[in-house]
Amino acid sequence: MSAPAPAPAEQSSRRLRFERIPMRRIILIVLSVSIIYGVVAGSTATLRTGVFTAEDWQSLFINGLARGSVYALIAIGYTLVYGILFMINFAHGEVFMAGVYTAYFVAVAFAGNGFLNSNPLLSIAILLLVSMAVSVFIAVLLERLAYRPLRGAPRLVPLITAIGASFFLQYTFRGFYGANVRAYPTIEILQGKWTIFGIQMLKTQAIVIVAALFLWFLLYLFVARTKTGRSMRAVGEDREIASLMGINVDRTIVATFAIGGALAGAAGILYVFLFNQVIFTMGFLPGIKAFTAAVLGGIGSITGAAMGGLILGILEAVGPNLFLTGAEVPSPNQLQPVIAFGILVLVLIFLPGGFLGASEEKRA
Amino acid sequence: MSDAILSLRHVSASYGPVRALDDISIDVNEGEIVCLLGSNAAGKSTTLRTILGMTRANAGEIVFDGERIEGLTTPEIVSRGLTMVPENRRLFGKMSVKENLEIGANLRDDKAEIQEDIERVFSLFPRLKERIRQRAGTLSGGEQQMLAIGRALTARPKVLLLDEPSMGLAPILVEQVFETIQEINSQGTTIFVVEQNAHMALSIADRGYVLQTGSIVLEDTAANLLEHPKLSDAYLGEME
Repeated sequence: MSAPAPAPAEQSSRRLRFERIPMRRIILIVLSVSIIYGVVAGSTATLRTGVFTAEDWQSLFINGLARGSVYALIAIGYTLVYGILFMINFAHGEVFMAGVYTAYFVAVAFAGNGFLNSNPLLSIAILLLVSMAVSVFIAVLLERLAYRPLRGAPRLVPLITAIGASFFLQYTFRGFYGANVRAYPTIEILQGKWTIFGIQMLKTQAIVIVAALFLWFLLYLFVARTKTGRSMRAVGEDREIASLMGINVDRTIVATFAIGGALAGAAGILYVFLFNQVIFTMGFLPGIKAFTAAVLGGIGSITGAAMGGLILGILEAVGPNLFLTGAEVPSPNQLQPVIAFGILVLVLIFLPGGFLGASEEKRA
Repeated sequence: MSDAILSLRHVSASYGPVRALDDISIDVNEGEIVCLLGSNAAGKSTTLRTILGMTRANAGEIVFDGERIEGLTTPEIVSRGLTMVPENRRLFGKMSVKENLEIGANLRDDKAEIQEDIERVFSLFPRLKERIRQRAGTLSGGEQQMLAIGRALTARPKVLLLDEPSMGLAPILVEQVFETIQEINSQGTTIFVVEQNAHMALSIADRGYVLQTGSIVLEDTAANLLEHPKLSDAYLGEME
């Protein structure tokens, strides 16, 4: 009733809070301040040295955008599956690898008989189809054999299964295709540069960025407008009520894995446009980086996955040079994974929901 | 043996070792409003879930429209013309009002008629039309209940099951919801409604059943049940 009454209680609770929380708080504050200091100081030092010209920055940025596009496409696979099953499909990187590695043999055959460069567009279309088909097949198989039997199990179980499946697939494909790094045949029309809006870029980079954007847009329309897309959203929100609406939940989950697989297969071909080589472990790093991108954007959100992928790609390409060169770190580009996984840790600490994700507490 | 459109014969169901329904038999005739009354945890929701295949019956048979349905999956049962307005509404909160209505008609592909049914829902609940683009999760409780009923109606069910439609609504809205249920019934849909609010439910129902800890303890016409001396205190645990 009377105003001054709550004052003592408030005071004591304030003091208590001050005494209880500080360690964690202080560590976080020190951490963020030192990161900000490091980034700012490193960047200014780099810019002051003038090692890089404006054009260098441009090309690093384009490079980041291109690789970020690939991450974004893979990240969508994580985010779709998470959105519907609330599990992280850690074998998704292998889904990506399986498609593009299989398409490699088609590419070599085409290069051998000259078809690849006499009919480049048709060849690329066939490579895309092969890669996507194999990735879809692996993704669906994974769901059917590894995850569906565990549908009712505690969340940790499918997570561990996914990690197991990831290694299983890696070494299965090592058995099929060998342990070597293999160079993808070059496609002549993709070589060279274009100047777009006054910015020079590799043709491959431009194609990758545009193709990824196009696929993302297709997917967005698919999820927003089609019946299957609507079913996917419904199953993600409330599986039981979705089936009350007559939705076949199993079929919807298979469709989700298939779509994620198709995008991963396409991402594989775009990946070799940029990096030109395949090996059975190639799914691991891009897979985990795409997972980071999905978390960064807010896992479960398709737009978030695309955003996260692009941001991660750009930070990875620009970051080491910008933050570390001035600090006289030798060969900063070797530290790209540090940036990627540093971001993962920071996002998990400071922004667990990501940029666009629904807050986790609703689903936990 | 009757002309019931939906009948449960000696149905039992359990959650693990816990028996939730013990040998219950219920008949719902075409065109009727039948209510199932009972206190908390009497097994009312389980009855509806069992009819729809969301909980498996471990004994007895469920006959809908002349065919046994107790072994079918939920989508199969729904496709035969049975659906439910679930407890707590359970709308797709991230979808718009329009999408929620469309997804109710998920099993149909007669676009023009679906649109007609959606318009019919809007004439029943003009408030929903104003909110057509709004996310379902942002509606008020009463509006959500309207949308949940609308979503079930766009499936064009022969029999509509409702699980506690009055729950969490202000008294004035409860009355409105029950008036709507009556109207839906008068347009030809058979209604089977589960309620804790016995007087409200009986005031619109033709017949009623009373469930107590998993068994049917009373069944009669609504008028007789309303006059039954033991109804409120003994079976429903209400203080009125």
